[in-house]
Amino acid sequence: MFGLIPFFRSTIGKKVLMAVSGVLLFAFCVEHVTGALLFLKGPGAINGYGRLLHYSAALIWFFRAGLIVAAVVHVTFATLLYFQELAARPVGYRNRRYLRASYAARTMKYSGPFLLAFVIFHLAHLTWGYNVVPGPFIAGDIYANMLNGFRTGWVALVYVGAVSLLGLHLLHGTHSMFESLGLRHRRVESLLFGFARVAALAISVGLALAPAAVFLRMIGG
Amino acid sequence: MNLVLMVWRQENARTVGHMQRIEAKDISPDMSFLEMLDVVNQRLTVAGQSPITFDHDCREGICGSCGVVINGVPHGPQPGTTTCQLHMRHFRDGQVVVIEPFRARAFPVIRDLMIDRSAFDRVIAAGGFITSPTGSAPDGNAMLVSKGAADAAMDAAACIGCGACVAACPNASAMLFVGAKVSHLGLLPQGRPERWSRVHAMVAAMDAEGFGGCTNYLECTAVCPKNVSPDFIGRLNRDLIGAVFLARPRVASTEAG
Amino acid sequence: MQRLFYDTIKGGDFRAREHNVYRLAEISNQIIDQCVAQGVPFAREYGGQLANRSFGGAQVSRTFYARGQTGQQLLLGSYQALSRQIAAGQVKMFPRTEMLDLVVVDGRACGIVTRDLVSGAIESHAADAVILATGGYSNVFYLSTNAKGCNVTATWRAHKRGAGFANPCFTQIHPTCIPVTGDHQSKLTLMSESLRNDGRVWVPLRPSDQRPPAQIPEAERDYYLERRYPSFGNLVPRDVASRAAKAVCDENRGVGPGGRGVFLDFSDAISRQGEAVVRERYGNLFDMYERITAENPYKVPMRIYPAVHYTMGGLWVDYNLMTTVPGLFVLGEANFSDHGANRLGASALMQGLADGYFIIPYAIGGYLAGSKAGTASTDKPEFGAAKAQVKERANRLLARKGKRTAMSFHRELGKLLWENCGMARTAAGLQQALSRIPELREQFWREVMVPGGPEELNQSLESAGRVGDFLEFSELLCRDALAREESCGGHFRQEYQTPDGEARRDDARFAHVAVWEHRGDGQEPLRHTEPLSFANVHLAQRSYK
Repeated sequence: MFGLIPFFRSTIGKKVLMAVSGVLLFAFCVEHVTGALLFLKGPGAINGYGRLLHYSAALIWFFRAGLIVAAVVHVTFATLLYFQELAARPVGYRNRRYLRASYAARTMKYSGPFLLAFVIFHLAHLTWGYNVVPGPFIAGDIYANMLNGFRTGWVALVYVGAVSLLGLHLLHGTHSMFESLGLRHRRVESLLFGFARVAALAISVGLALAPAAVFLRMIGG
Repeated sequence: MNLVLMVWRQENARTVGHMQRIEAKDISPDMSFLEMLDVVNQRLTVAGQSPITFDHDCREGICGSCGVVINGVPHGPQPGTTTCQLHMRHFRDGQVVVIEPFRARAFPVIRDLMIDRSAFDRVIAAGGFITSPTGSAPDGNAMLVSKGAADAAMDAAACIGCGACVAACPNASAMLFVGAKVSHLGLLPQGRPERWSRVHAMVAAMDAEGFGGCTNYLECTAVCPKNVSPDFIGRLNRDLIGAVFLARPRVASTEAG
Repeated sequence: MQRLFYDTIKGGDFRAREHNVYRLAEISNQIIDQCVAQGVPFAREYGGQLANRSFGGAQVSRTFYARGQTGQQLLLGSYQALSRQIAAGQVKMFPRTEMLDLVVVDGRACGIVTRDLVSGAIESHAADAVILATGGYSNVFYLSTNAKGCNVTATWRAHKRGAGFANPCFTQIHPTCIPVTGDHQSKLTLMSESLRNDGRVWVPLRPSDQRPPAQIPEAERDYYLERRYPSFGNLVPRDVASRAAKAVCDENRGVGPGGRGVFLDFSDAISRQGEAVVRERYGNLFDMYERITAENPYKVPMRIYPAVHYTMGGLWVDYNLMTTVPGLFVLGEANFSDHGANRLGASALMQGLADGYFIIPYAIGGYLAGSKAGTASTDKPEFGAAKAQVKERANRLLARKGKRTAMSFHRELGKLLWENCGMARTAAGLQQALSRIPELREQFWREVMVPGGPEELNQSLESAGRVGDFLEFSELLCRDALAREESCGGHFRQEYQTPDGEARRDDARFAHVAVWEHRGDGQEPLRHTEPLSFANVHLAQRSYK
């Protein structure tokens, strides 16, 4: 019988791990949108939200640990699968035409690494307070830090670009995670695709609002 | 009609192949794709050149041996059709037609367009059967099968094992094939007792053959000549997850009989 | 079961062994049980029971089916069961390998010589017994519904090594195939016979009526099968339906390009049962028809014409499936045993599975018990000799470097046979074929062009070797057809027919199996007979009226 280890070594098991970690990361994205939207309400709201998150060190580290594990699993198994896929077709086609594979699906292997790079940049900018963007970093004043950052044109562009890429990633990822978990059936197929579209759009727009608003000087003009 | 073929030529599995340009003149639109290749081969032979090697047998879309990639699509431009039943009326006069073998590590090229699909045989041998010694079968009606289950099993059993799913998949994954086989047998009550052990064995064999993983592109289902549903991939995932987390107690391994 | 027994005997026009057919009918239920157990997804009723339908030559619904692909599903079932034995080490598989000779040592079959089709290596395999299940020889006609790979080589080689060949002239022409479109055609596609359950066969009443079918009013259509055979109608056996189609086409009433075709019309079934029902039953066949002809059979009637489909003749075997060479057993279409002069729908699968699953496991035991197991060895000089002959023949083919491909000879042979030894045969035509075949064979060996070498993958060489055997075998086929001066089942001699054009048997002179003995190349083969006796059925003229 299959134990857990051989299961997770199989391609299907690896995809299950990617799906499960994907679900966690997806949930985090949803939560993160609420946070980002609070920025639009003003300094009180978002800074209060920040204080709420930091209410208990144990609690925040519990969530952070979960996220870190999910991210590590997601990236690790994506990499393993990627190399397995490369090896599965050593000689490529001279002429190739796709009939059904979506753009989003075919660019997962590019959007993924970009997003990883962005997450590191984003953490450096707003969590660790490294001087990756012009202007000072004030610990605890999330609103000011975001405002400072997004005022610089290229920073806002990086953010908007990255969350658009995230949208693309989620467009395929959201229904792919259901499929990898075996939750595919023609009766729910259109529902899943619809959900994936709405979720991807909502998350990327929700996250893009704050940098875009600052960049367009609609906030903090 | 006249066509220009760009055909993959490769001496054997150890050599490097290349594309060769061959003109195919006076092709009738009523010919099948393989008949067009027959005509080209006859001319090459008489001209003292080596004919194009390709696999074929039944020429009616059921043996699964004839697949080639035509203009970037396994089995060519007509959906739900094997190469042998693709007719030349689907091409334009003067068109350049690029013909390549199915490409995957698990399907090494034997020569030109002929590939070795025995990886599929080994996946079946690993568990794609119902253990039933000859002569001891109970009455066919002793175990009732709902029409729904029989029809669904038949949908899965329509797979001819041609390998187009692997050829089309950007990852060269065999999940549609394995999903169809696992579902065909697993949906029938006769196949239930071995359901968990079968899915384990077949997935392990599939991975061992070097097929890639499924990342849900669904490109496989777009080229499947038998329109096998991607639902069977979902079912394969579910079955394997079920086999790992639900299967109790352990099922005895299969024996020779 | 009694009914299946009787129908099979009658369908075979009383030219099958009664006891063989009885055994087959007895086993038939077990076969279905076995296949169900193996996971063949037979169609089911809503109540969960196996569903049935009727099939050519039967007035009762008794055929189990798996959509329009029963044969394929039965094959997959056996293939899966076989794969299991391969994994278990019980069976060793040699894919892409062709048998090129039988090795007989001291009068017993002791092994075979094969060619590895990938490497080209000629190999010997020694065995206590040899079983051939190498299919029929329909492809001698070049165009047939058989797969391209089917050939007579294995059985013909065995025949030349001493196995009697029985009734080679019993070939079946299947009525429901897609008509020929041109010279390029490489095979004919069979539309399942089940289509005749709901389709009605007709041609225009007037000769050379070029109107599209929809414009031909009901009164000007000739539903000739229903007219001539009121009780069986469109479900008459294959030979009868095929000949009737040829007859109306000979009257210049055929349809489609070239006039070799008849309509198979589903409009009544569609208006009666609805398109959805028809689609569920035959959807895949209709799709296939449309792919090949670019016509939509839901809208316009299909065009069909007969094509060679099955060969009832084959190597002679006794009740235990053993040939005249001790130790050589033959199963399935490759033997002659159960179908007489014509085969009924679905019974090839039945016979193949019966032979393989239920008969040979018991039948072979008797032979093995009487022989010393494990004594066969490829060290015997006979193996070396056979290998040398096989190699020499390949080299001879490769050395010609002539101007014509093997395929062009095959095409010419097929045309010759189709015209002279096809659906309707005459003594004159057969004699003409018999004088032409040796010429063609000689020309083949003089002018054939086979590129490539012997020790490599060489599809041209494979094909040339098979065509070479067809060119020898076809002579026997015509000789047998000439010698059987009667009409029965698939063998129809125009000289021997009833006033209304039905086959007229001659039970006094030909109620026997003709078994041919090979006496060396260039020598006339010897015709032996095995009388057929019928204890339980009464010999009667077949009537499907």
